[in-house]
Amino acid sequence: MKLIVKQADGTATDVPARLNWTVMELIKDAGLPMRAECGGSCACATCHVYIDPDWLDKVGERNDEEAYTLDGAFNVEPNSRLSCQITFKPELDGLSMTLSKDATG
Amino acid sequence: MSVDAIETDVIVVGAGPCGLFAAFELGLNDMRCHFVDILDKVGGQCAELYPEKPIYDIPALPIVTGQQLTDALMEQIKPFHPVFHLNQMAESLTKLDNGRWRLATDAGTVLEAPVLVVAAGGGSFMPKKPPIEGIDEYEGKSVFYAVRRMETFRDRTVLVAGGGDSALDWLINLQPLASSIQLVHRRDDFRAAPDSVGKMRALVAGQQAKLHIAQIMGLEGSGGQLEGVRVKPDNGPEYTIECDTLLAFYGLTMKLGPVANFGLNLEQNLIPVDTEKFQTSEHGIFAIGDINSYPGKLKLILSGFHEAALMAQEAFRIVHPERKQRFQYTTSSSDLQKKLGVAA
Repeated sequence: MKLIVKQADGTATDVPARLNWTVMELIKDAGLPMRAECGGSCACATCHVYIDPDWLDKVGERNDEEAYTLDGAFNVEPNSRLSCQITFKPELDGLSMTLSKDATG
Repeated sequence: MSVDAIETDVIVVGAGPCGLFAAFELGLNDMRCHFVDILDKVGGQCAELYPEKPIYDIPALPIVTGQQLTDALMEQIKPFHPVFHLNQMAESLTKLDNGRWRLATDAGTVLEAPVLVVAAGGGSFMPKKPPIEGIDEYEGKSVFYAVRRMETFRDRTVLVAGGGDSALDWLINLQPLASSIQLVHRRDDFRAAPDSVGKMRALVAGQQAKLHIAQIMGLEGSGGQLEGVRVKPDNGPEYTIECDTLLAFYGLTMKLGPVANFGLNLEQNLIPVDTEKFQTSEHGIFAIGDINSYPGKLKLILSGFHEAALMAQEAFRIVHPERKQRFQYTTSSSDLQKKLGVAA
């Protein structure tokens, strides 16, 4: 199982996925740029990613707290999510996304 | 040396949980300390990022919030009268001829001590800057991330950006001074005190302030003088809001900041230390908590507490070289109990 994580320069990396890890943890564990300053407590918006539109249904909606925390992010799009709020599950195998500037710094 | 330097035993950079607990361990070992922290309050990330969120992995505290932990640590270190220099950034560090360290802050405070402890966590909390190319040239002239003096904004055409308490408070407070004031926020939903949201809505309804539901995309102007801010609503084309001043409140982020220039070895923005004394590459400078690195390091508050205790042992040898170290337990030592103000 894997994620496909793209960076602003277009490079795409296959990130090995593990059940019940958050997407933020998986990206960080793979050594990609991922600030995630607050460590996953949905307080900082520095794990902001853009989910590829095809995957939005499977990933689901932002939760309320996440929507508020995204107020501290820039260039928020309808497909913006905080990757610490997405828990990996089998249906997300192959999930594709792009890292935001908030996350890469 | 400097006439107005404050002399102390230990300077602690960072008043987060690990720094605060260091004051306890240092105090038990007869060392006074002065803190410098960029935030306007103690507690570091616990107070700034998650004051109301529960923490479950502090030994013997099954559940405690960030703020409760901070308050409890402040209570615990009270007997040692630590001094706090808040709202100040530790800016420069100099080694004096006598081997002591001199730390100067951006507010002009100068501290001198034989021991410096860097307990700066993820670094200095600094305002988030919109990732707009060329924004630097406007900063301090027409783009601001904080209000130091309200008078600066008199008769200006001000655009406030953000949806939290800072944005709304300054919109409300600057409205009477500014020649015009507008607010831009990504969505029509504000995470701020209900009273402030009500006041903002009233200003908008009374046409004393204008509200834009959009995100900021770019700046227009030249030579640091802003003329307008380009914004984009979710479902509509970009347009320009005319203004000569932008006040952006998007929260805080952590940057290593001037600690990077203290002359310490750094590895990926962390400070390598030994695991006996938690000393850095410089004698007399220690690093504890999230900012240090060593094999097996875990960024846990409890690790920082342990590091503080061991650091204090070596700090004692530096601050009190003439004295014999004595290891005692607070349970049984009347000497320690006296220091804690609990002696029978």
